[in-house]
Amino acid sequence: MSTQDNREKDPNQVETTGHVWDGNLQEYNNPLPRWWLWGFYATIVFAVVYWLIYPAWPIGDSFTKGFNTITFEQGGEERTMHWNTRALLAKDMQTGTYAVRQREMLEQVAAQDYETILADAESMSFVNAYAQGSFGTWCAACHQVGGAGVVGQYPNLRNDHWKWGGTVEQIEETLHQGRLGYMPGYRDTLSGEQLNQVAAYVLSLNDYSVDQDAADAGARIFTGSDGGCFQCHGMDAQGLTSQGAPNLTNDLWGLIDVRGAESDSERQRLVANFIRDGAQREMPGFADRLSDAEIKMLTAYVHSLGGGQ
Amino acid sequence: MKHESVETNAGLLIILTLAVISVGGLVEIVPLFYIDDTIEEVDGVRPYTPLEQRGRDIYVREGCYTCHSQMVRPFRDEMLRYGHYSLAAESQYDHPFQWGSKRTGPDLARVGGKYSNEWQVQHLIDPQSLVPESIMPGYPWLATTPLDYSDIDRRMVALKRVGVPYSLTDEEYQANVEKFGEEHARMFDIRDAEDNLVAQAQAENFDGNPGTITEMDALVAYLQVLGTMVDFSEYDDGHFAEFR
Repeated sequence: MSTQDNREKDPNQVETTGHVWDGNLQEYNNPLPRWWLWGFYATIVFAVVYWLIYPAWPIGDSFTKGFNTITFEQGGEERTMHWNTRALLAKDMQTGTYAVRQREMLEQVAAQDYETILADAESMSFVNAYAQGSFGTWCAACHQVGGAGVVGQYPNLRNDHWKWGGTVEQIEETLHQGRLGYMPGYRDTLSGEQLNQVAAYVLSLNDYSVDQDAADAGARIFTGSDGGCFQCHGMDAQGLTSQGAPNLTNDLWGLIDVRGAESDSERQRLVANFIRDGAQREMPGFADRLSDAEIKMLTAYVHSLGGGQ
Repeated sequence: MKHESVETNAGLLIILTLAVISVGGLVEIVPLFYIDDTIEEVDGVRPYTPLEQRGRDIYVREGCYTCHSQMVRPFRDEMLRYGHYSLAAESQYDHPFQWGSKRTGPDLARVGGKYSNEWQVQHLIDPQSLVPESIMPGYPWLATTPLDYSDIDRRMVALKRVGVPYSLTDEEYQANVEKFGEEHARMFDIRDAEDNLVAQAQAENFDGNPGTITEMDALVAYLQVLGTMVDFSEYDDGHFAEFR
């Protein structure tokens, strides 16, 4: 079949580029579709309009700023400047629909006292929505998304066991200034046997089966000058929130995995080791990172997680 | 020039193609080097100390940037979550910058001071022990690998060549004292780099293990300084907008 035959058989009679490869391959030379060509011209017009409206061309050590402007408030005065994303953000934070709604609700709820907030369903629904975000950003890294903490590391906020107190005032203070928890290690003060005795006593307070003689000896150390544990935890081991000393009688364990222990002896060993090593824990303060209103939302949220007093 | 002569001459086609696609780069990137407003006027931004710089090297070595950006964009949702948007000035001493474009994990531009050293160490060793739903891999060897800082002075010289104001002479040191204050200027003196690195690691003990200077010390030192150099309470909303 010759090239000439092919051309004659072409039903469209379209012009080709004139090249012929392999004896019969040719390339159509179609014009661009009209709609496409006009689309192309339209993008050029769009670009020119865009250059006039928005910051665009570099000129020397500056650039064309465009005719579009943004007005926002700065230091109580209105300020107008050329359009740019930072000014747009400033305006959005001040007058954007959602920013305004959120700020209004925040101010409205923050103006109420805790008793009102906790009792009012609408306030609490805002608190939950708002504080869940803050909690996720600032608190969840340690206390976990749901507030259940990490055994041995970070306190559970969903039970009613509070080292530093579970009233709204105490929670707010914790959030504001942070807390520094400290229990000295007793490795130099108590012998291995004494450590075991104190551990037995503490476990006996929570109805775990322990050797009664050891527990009795432990009680004497706990409430006597040998251990002096009572100074922070109290003679009845109910804890002292002003010291961040936990209640040791409610079978709620934050720093020792007592419930996860596989045997009685394992459990006692964990507690004894803890007393031997002591603990130091820091909760950072948020007063310089969050506004008072935000701390109030978080306080109400944490209080409502299930353990608030 | 006829179109056909371009299409049928491969060498010419390559040269002209390169010329055309370079226009995009030339127009968008080159002017940033001579436009006055590119780097904002702001106090507080300083080069990294030797220890922080080694931490940054480890950040790059481990490929943290493949999942973490360091660029808070100027949007309301990002402000609410991460804090103030990033400034060009804040990465002026970064070579190369770590802005990134992939957020498999959260942005880290303002992570400094957000968590305790203890948390950072535990999280780097075993992320899931603190964030069960995390897909971040653990980096436990950082805590046990001693930090190699034998070449810290040469690393700083290299950075000096690309514009970071570390000092090698008394004159440069004096200039740094005026610009960053004496305490910082001392840290930027290449001649004392090794001593400064050791001193900072021992004084601040980032990894909770005072005995050895580990890669964990360096990385946590770097993470804890990210985004903390500028005190944004000193500036109005509009201040940084002026530069754009």
